[in-house]
Amino acid sequence: MIPTFLADINDTFWFPKQASTFAHDVDWLYNAIVYISVAFFVPIVAAMIYFTVKYRERPGYKGSFEALHNTTIEVLWSVIPTFIAGWIFWQGLLGYLDMQSPPPAGTEDIKVIAKKWSWNFKYPNGAESPELHVPVGRPSKMIMRSEDVNHGFYVPSFRVKRDIIPGRFHYSWFTPTLEGTYDLFCSEYCGDNHSTMNTKVFVESEEAYAKFLAEAIKEPEDIVERGKWLYERKGCKTCHYAGKEGSAAGPGPSYNGSWGKPVPLVKGADASGKETLFDEEYVLNSIMDPDRQRRKGYEGAGNMQSYKGQLKIEQVEALAAFIKSLESETPPAKK
Amino acid sequence: MSVVTNPVTMPATHPEAGKEDNYLTHSSGFLSWALTLDHKRIGMMYLVGVMSAFALGGVLALMIRLHLWTPNLEANQAWLLNKTYNQVFTLHGAVMVFLFIIPSIPAALGNFLLPIMLGTKDVAFPRLNLGSFYLWIAGAIFFLFSLFATGLDTGWTFYTPYSIESQGPVIAATLGVFILGFSSIFTGLNFIVTINTMRPPGMTWFRMPLFLWAVYSTSIIQVLATPVLGITMLLLAAEKLLGIGIFDSRLNGDPIAFQHFFWFYSHPAVYIMILPAMGIISELMSVHSHKGIFGYRMIAYSSVAIALFGFLVWGHHMFTSGMADVTTIVFSALTFTVSIPSAIKVFNWIGTMYQGTVSLNTPMVYALAFIFLFTIGGLTGLFLGALSTDMHLHATYFVIAHFHYVMMGGTLIAFLGGLFHWWPKMTGKMFNDFGGILSASIIFVGFNLTFLPQFVLGTRGMPRRYASYKPEFQLLHQLSTIGALMLGVGLLVALLVLLHSLFYGSKAPKNPWGGATLEWECSSPPPHDNFSSAPTVGDPYDFSKIEFDPKTGSYFKKK
Repeated sequence: MIPTFLADINDTFWFPKQASTFAHDVDWLYNAIVYISVAFFVPIVAAMIYFTVKYRERPGYKGSFEALHNTTIEVLWSVIPTFIAGWIFWQGLLGYLDMQSPPPAGTEDIKVIAKKWSWNFKYPNGAESPELHVPVGRPSKMIMRSEDVNHGFYVPSFRVKRDIIPGRFHYSWFTPTLEGTYDLFCSEYCGDNHSTMNTKVFVESEEAYAKFLAEAIKEPEDIVERGKWLYERKGCKTCHYAGKEGSAAGPGPSYNGSWGKPVPLVKGADASGKETLFDEEYVLNSIMDPDRQRRKGYEGAGNMQSYKGQLKIEQVEALAAFIKSLESETPPAKK
Repeated sequence: MSVVTNPVTMPATHPEAGKEDNYLTHSSGFLSWALTLDHKRIGMMYLVGVMSAFALGGVLALMIRLHLWTPNLEANQAWLLNKTYNQVFTLHGAVMVFLFIIPSIPAALGNFLLPIMLGTKDVAFPRLNLGSFYLWIAGAIFFLFSLFATGLDTGWTFYTPYSIESQGPVIAATLGVFILGFSSIFTGLNFIVTINTMRPPGMTWFRMPLFLWAVYSTSIIQVLATPVLGITMLLLAAEKLLGIGIFDSRLNGDPIAFQHFFWFYSHPAVYIMILPAMGIISELMSVHSHKGIFGYRMIAYSSVAIALFGFLVWGHHMFTSGMADVTTIVFSALTFTVSIPSAIKVFNWIGTMYQGTVSLNTPMVYALAFIFLFTIGGLTGLFLGALSTDMHLHATYFVIAHFHYVMMGGTLIAFLGGLFHWWPKMTGKMFNDFGGILSASIIFVGFNLTFLPQFVLGTRGMPRRYASYKPEFQLLHQLSTIGALMLGVGLLVALLVLLHSLFYGSKAPKNPWGGATLEWECSSPPPHDNFSSAPTVGDPYDFSKIEFDPKTGSYFKKK
């Protein structure tokens, strides 16, 4: 039942794949501490069980009453653990300094924007994507900031984690060593859909990475396609359901079947009246100034942030065209 | 309001012939309890209170585990909505920490036992003691308000800026914490003054039972650290109400500052939770081994050492938060220093059994379970104190498993062990020992089944506070849920054994276990004034004069 016993049987019992240069050191120290722990735990429990049986209360047996005190043994069991703890601290420190020291030259600098509940990655050539693409064998540096609350950048396969606190920049770097697809989780609690704020990391060869960058910068020609493309990349998908995609449980309203219909508004939020028409103007207002025309029933819906400065008017137009194309779709089934 | 119109039953003595006079029968009526200044009755009321809070927190824990039976990737098909799940885990944490663990041992068992073990009539400030209980009730009401307003979803840590923009009743909850903080301070202050000024002749510092050393160290933390929590909560409420920029980055505040403030209290609070538990284990190990405690002074000093070191390690909750590297490294080093006194205590407890006479009864089984679980809890702390491994394990299920091993496997198990140990003294009834051991065994197995899989979930990268998860984690989550249900059954058995004893238990003798501390010299349950004459204080762990009398079923002290 004690997983520590299994440590040397199968390394993958504990960890996801080692996919960065840090992973090996972290796992090595982890395993070392597992062995140290077993070396303490087993004798402690063995002594406990042995003493319980050997000195059990039984007819004809009377143990000693004397309180024991043995300076030698007390010094030993204070000093030895102190040295071992010191060693563990030192090894953890060395591993940490490796992670914190500036990365080698030639990093791929990627800007990371975390917001409830999506990731946005911006590459040196200006391309953006909701998943992270990084080249294999070359250090990548994450320049991270949050638009709203605390988030956390966590890639288990890289053994890398860093909180992203709003109001400051946070950095993280790593050198992926193994091509493949890995999980990226938000590790700092950020509200309703915290558990869905995860995405993938694609570690690719330099050629595949270059090809991705070239593709990613091209917006689709067709306006509806472009709207869908933006919907997937700008984080709309995490809260809004559209077609057969996105978050069926909200917190935002579904795009399906809403175009051209009247939208009931929260009292007092907009001076113009109780409802408005779902048109380009409404889409623009909802994106740039979400508090102005709050839809009834979504008063507290996760505080959508304004996209001012992040979307051009042409892009909003494309999003509106995309929503319009979903006129005949049905909203998601509630349970 | 019938209580007021009825003739008021003020505490009055009923020296009826043939009826035993003890603190339970000393006076009767609702007000004789509600307005009591007797530390034993206050302790019993606290006991009922914290156990109710624990039941509530436990139900919330089971809701969490049942929800996580499936991966819930389709959020609208899941048992709980994501938002509801977040509220459930927030309340679970907040109720367990603020309403159960922090007051559990000091306020319930400590209140009952501290004056008796010390050999005095009551605590130094009996009215302050009652006041602390009512503050606890008031704080609990604020919490229950936020429960029924069903909105608190910030996690028990109230991290900014989420707690500032959150729609939930954060202000009610933070005021609840603020009031509970005062309850905690009053109890701590009372204990410090009592121990410093009211020790009877002969009760020197080094004749105090180790439970009192532990409670004394705890009280120091309560008095020094809790005000910081109060200040933090007031600042948070002020920021939320008045829009002053303190912790909110949009108002030029600093969220990291909140984390520092919060953990400056909440890490020492971990020692408020575990130190009294260690004190209980010291008593249990020596009494049920019928042997003096190994290294009395080392254990006494290590309690104080832990209390002081505990103030210097709060930063290890923030290793990934982007503190300066030097700060991070210093906090890591300090964190390792606190592991040494804890290790020494474990070795001393084992050493106490050596060459003793070990009675394997319910309190002892709980004590042994404590050592097993607490050792795992302590050793897994090494992985989190080391910086490079913490980068991977921080904020994952590894952390959840680690602190449940310490808080639940440690504090809760010790609380139950202590409860069974002193139950005959508190209620005057013996419980069914087989039932007690059965409860301990189910709890032990259920506990390990719940939390061992969570270590593996953590190393494989499962983040905490997730309402949904990747399907590959399902098996481990299901094991954990089965364990949690088993744990629930075990706790229910323990409760039934205790309730059964109240109605069917045989009368408890004065000293059923053979303890040498003063509480075993007064009758079970103790009289209103604890001692009819000033007790003679001896070595609390001198078992050489303790003999068993088969006629009364009780141990007694040879003259």
